[in-house]
Amino acid sequence: MNTTDTVEPIRLATPAAPPTPLPDGLRRAARGFMTHVLPPLVITGLLLLIWELLGSRPGAALPPPSKVVQETWELIASPFYDNGGNDVGIAWQLLASLKRVAYGYSLAVLAGVGLGVLVGQSTWALRGLDPLFQVLRTVPPLAWLPISLAGFQDGQPSAIFVIFITSVWPIIINTSIGIRNIPDDYRNVARVIRLNGLEYFGQIMLPAAAPFIFSGLRIGVGLSWLAIVAAEMLIGGVGIGFFIWDAWNSSRISDIILALFCVGIVGFLLDRCVAFLGKLVTRGTSAG
Amino acid sequence: MNDNAYLSISGVDMTFTKGRTANPVLRHIHLDVRRGEFISLIGHSGCGKSTVLNIVAGLLKASAGGVIVDGREVNEPGPDRALVFQNHSLLPWLTVQQNVALAVDKTFRGSKSAAERRDWVLHNLEMVSMGHALHRLPAEISGGMKQRVGIARALAMQPKVLLLDEPFGALDALTRAHLQDEVMRIQGELRNTVMMITHDVDEAVLLSDRIVMMTNGPAATIGEVLDIELERPRDRLALSDDARYNHYRHAVLSFLHEKQRKVEPLSRGAKARACEALSA
Repeated sequence: MNTTDTVEPIRLATPAAPPTPLPDGLRRAARGFMTHVLPPLVITGLLLLIWELLGSRPGAALPPPSKVVQETWELIASPFYDNGGNDVGIAWQLLASLKRVAYGYSLAVLAGVGLGVLVGQSTWALRGLDPLFQVLRTVPPLAWLPISLAGFQDGQPSAIFVIFITSVWPIIINTSIGIRNIPDDYRNVARVIRLNGLEYFGQIMLPAAAPFIFSGLRIGVGLSWLAIVAAEMLIGGVGIGFFIWDAWNSSRISDIILALFCVGIVGFLLDRCVAFLGKLVTRGTSAG
Repeated sequence: MNDNAYLSISGVDMTFTKGRTANPVLRHIHLDVRRGEFISLIGHSGCGKSTVLNIVAGLLKASAGGVIVDGREVNEPGPDRALVFQNHSLLPWLTVQQNVALAVDKTFRGSKSAAERRDWVLHNLEMVSMGHALHRLPAEISGGMKQRVGIARALAMQPKVLLLDEPFGALDALTRAHLQDEVMRIQGELRNTVMMITHDVDEAVLLSDRIVMMTNGPAATIGEVLDIELERPRDRLALSDDARYNHYRHAVLSFLHEKQRKVEPLSRGAKARACEALSA
């Protein structure tokens, strides 16, 4: 996935140079602001303006941004209040969802990388398991919820299971592709210096497959965040998904919009965290 | 078999079988190499030079015959037969120093302390003039520098036989000449036993004590062996005007282009089949 870096156009030197040139760092910061911060600000501002105009018409179904902020100010101002039960601040709601994602996703990482290594290493395992993976990975997250509720008899583990089962497939598949694509030369190097199985795994296999593994992990974390909101709508309790559902049932449209905004930001941050980790681990050889 | 042979290849046959078709690549390869000798294997592409090297390295198992290094039979790869790969094969996530250290730490874990191993890594990188780029990643250095590190990694394992698989093949002519000189200098200091694959006639004559010329495949074998009796150290400039040098050059060229004129379609098919068999 590429970032939003834009190609910097070649500019002609301005004929009338400023008499006192700005210090270098400041000029670079100013240029960074112009090229990277300004465009999204302008576009977002324009869209907000259009929304404001559309929302302020008489009889509009959705509130304009100004009204959203005004109605949800209490939620924005005190994200950490706790009145007991489901009546807690939006930060607690998000944290509850994140906790579920953390459990489910961690399990998916362990199982996904493990199974991916197995399938990448053994052609027999690949032939046996691949058809299963290919079919199961197309099952939508929510379709797993009833069966996991039936199995676990409880909402909490069911939600975690749904996260797990949603995010595990891209991790398995990408890991196995990464393992299968390790160049023969690396294997030969390992054979010449006589690395044993464990050393080969740690020193060659994981780093060589890391770019693939991390792109799987990144897709996985995105999918698990997609799934948590849907799952929580159904299982209830504290969590941003149920918060949205609850707001809908009591017609607090502004709360829904605020929650969507928060979900988006958190999802974006999760993606960036995994991408950053990948960059750190693969020393920039990852496609992240 | 010769008694004072350090590396001895005796009666090696190699047949790649794919399905029901058997494809003989090598037949009756006999070669004895003395300790400290620099041997080049030359031949047209597809003649099985690399297969010979891979058998000596232990990466491939011969269909018949065997290889003995310093009195012990080869049946698996090991650091005593360190390999320099054509495309350097450095691990891209490790720095120059770490790449060499990986091999050194594994090879000398029992015999050298951590500080000694570190010094040994630095010493070998200094020897190939790469002491200035210890913390660079392979992607950040040039092709010639990568190959230097590959050579340092192989030398650092203190191999009994150093195997070079077209080590300069991917480099431009100037870098290649420079590295050839370095390899000659290092070989002069360390007196390694070296087996190098090449298809560059000048390189073979300049570097070798003996040139082993291989016939064309399928079922390639050793056609001629040419002793290069030029005193060392050798200087490429002086030699380019030397009658003996040009005589050796001519001998190799005439073997390659008269006696073993390449029959293109046949060899290409053989190479393709050999490659398929390798990757299968």
